[in-house]
Amino acid sequence: MQQLLQDTLATAPLGVTILLSLVVILLHSFVKNSERAQAMVSVAGLAIAAAAAFWTFPMRGTAFSGMVMTGGYASAMSVLFIAGAALTILLARDYLGKIGADFGEFHILVLLAVTGMMAFASGLDLIVTFIGLEVMSVCLYVLAGMTRGRLEANEASLKYFLLGAFATGFFLYGIALIYGAAGTTNLAAIAQSASARAQDPLFLAGCGLLLVGFAFKVGAVPFHMWVPDVYEGAPSVVTGFMSTAAKASAFAAFMLVFIAKFDIAHGRISLALAMLSVASMVLGNVVAISQTSIKRMLAYSSIAHAGYMLIGLAAGTPAAISGVLFYLLSYLFTNIGAFGVVSIIENEKQENVSIESFAGLGTRRPLLGALMSLFLFSLVGLPPLSGFFGKYYIFYAAIAEGYTWLTIVGVLTSMISIYYYLRVVVVMYFRSDTDATAVPVTTLGTASLLLSAAGVLVFGFFPRLITDIADTLF
Amino acid sequence: MTFETILFYVLALAGIVSALLVITRRNPMHAALFLIVNFVALAGIYLTLHAQFVAITQVLVYAGAIMVLVLFVIMLLNLQNEQDLFEKRSWRSYSGPILSLLLLALLLRTVAFVSGGSFDRISPESERIGTVANIGQQLFTAFVFPFEMASLLLLAAMVGAVILAKKRFP
Repeated sequence: MQQLLQDTLATAPLGVTILLSLVVILLHSFVKNSERAQAMVSVAGLAIAAAAAFWTFPMRGTAFSGMVMTGGYASAMSVLFIAGAALTILLARDYLGKIGADFGEFHILVLLAVTGMMAFASGLDLIVTFIGLEVMSVCLYVLAGMTRGRLEANEASLKYFLLGAFATGFFLYGIALIYGAAGTTNLAAIAQSASARAQDPLFLAGCGLLLVGFAFKVGAVPFHMWVPDVYEGAPSVVTGFMSTAAKASAFAAFMLVFIAKFDIAHGRISLALAMLSVASMVLGNVVAISQTSIKRMLAYSSIAHAGYMLIGLAAGTPAAISGVLFYLLSYLFTNIGAFGVVSIIENEKQENVSIESFAGLGTRRPLLGALMSLFLFSLVGLPPLSGFFGKYYIFYAAIAEGYTWLTIVGVLTSMISIYYYLRVVVVMYFRSDTDATAVPVTTLGTASLLLSAAGVLVFGFFPRLITDIADTLF
Repeated sequence: MTFETILFYVLALAGIVSALLVITRRNPMHAALFLIVNFVALAGIYLTLHAQFVAITQVLVYAGAIMVLVLFVIMLLNLQNEQDLFEKRSWRSYSGPILSLLLLALLLRTVAFVSGGSFDRISPESERIGTVANIGQQLFTAFVFPFEMASLLLLAAMVGAVILAKKRFP
């Protein structure tokens, strides 16, 4: 009993989020037209969960008989997911009303997705990792297709579901093979015998299949086919959530399983990760150039960013992992902000998302224009914004580990990306708007954007705030 | 001849006969119903091997959930003239027997490999692992966290089903 209480307290961020989602379900069931209240309760509850994460930060260890990690890494990642969910819920307030999908279930699904992400990123047993992944994915499948009347949303949801189920198959088969080889699903126990099994074909095949599952979830080439269609078809705020928090949790679990536990990064897996990284960076950045829809452009850019982060995984040193963690945080604020601006620009039918529709935004709505420029500059990686330091830390660690060629590819493809990011800025400031559709003013949405922008700026000017903590996590 | 041996022969006979009926029936609905008989017979054999949990899941998951899906698909496909299926000889009608033979070879190989061809007793380890008591204990002690997370997964799926089945939608 004592142990159970202790374990529950140590996993408080997860527990608070689960309780919160139950509270919101009850609120939704018993109070009519309480969507606004649900959003506020969700954000307040997420703040409590964040506080719980800070409180549990020093409690490093495991809970529930070695099933989940507590404190340290797990708490830090929880804060990241909570921040993503809170920003998304704030942005979604006016957006959902605008597109006529103001469902209370939205909040429930976002909160349940966060619980899944937490379990996914802190699971120390492959069973927990898998169930966390599924909780997150099931919520995202539904969120992507929330606006059921739109064909694009149906396509996005169905495609995500079918390909996601396929990736789940890979993931599960990988787990089964690893279990067959090692006789356990506990990561610590597998890690103990991992170096002895470095030649075991069964174990390596399992790791390979697991790698495919992870690569699919982070959207790395060649497992990226779903990304553009899903990101385009899903409601913009959901896309922002998917491309940041969900990707962050996939990366967090990826690093926990492959770098921290299996510790075979310097063997064959490292080269495979480097290949995935090169393919993602090149394809993502090159194809993004030719996109006319801003959502598709950001989708390909998201593939490219997964590529940059994979450089850090290929290097696999603590410094590189710390760089990836910083990158994830920076990318969270930047991309939720960018998709947030898109969600405000969109019209009721969610059609208004070509890059041309940003024409004249810089003069029509100076604040929105300035924020969008800030986010785009951070995505390019211009100093002193946080996007620059993310790339800097990863590239620096990769060079130290001898991955100079990989870094050169990273820098060259970043140069390509300047073209398509800055094209949006050019359209916003140097082209007069052709059709002056009024962009509605949203208080909560703007507040959320300002918070994201604050994150981009603060972590850009003071990156050590994060890296000092991130360095201690591995 | 003990009671268990008699039980085994009865169940094995039921399993073989129902399996033969599955592949020889012309009506797909009849074939599906005989498949259920086959599953139940197999569940009985699992019980005689002291694998209670596997037996229960066999009935719940295979004979229950999976067969409902199979029957649904048969009804949705609306196979009125299944005669056509038998007349068209494509590569599919040959790949089935070949795959079955491969599976049989694999099973025989595995059985011979593991037990050396003799099946006179049940491993005491498997007798302990397969019981409901043991699985329940594991589920609520070592695996309580994933167990609770799985319930969260069901909750998420339910909320998702509600939102997708809503009447008012944009």
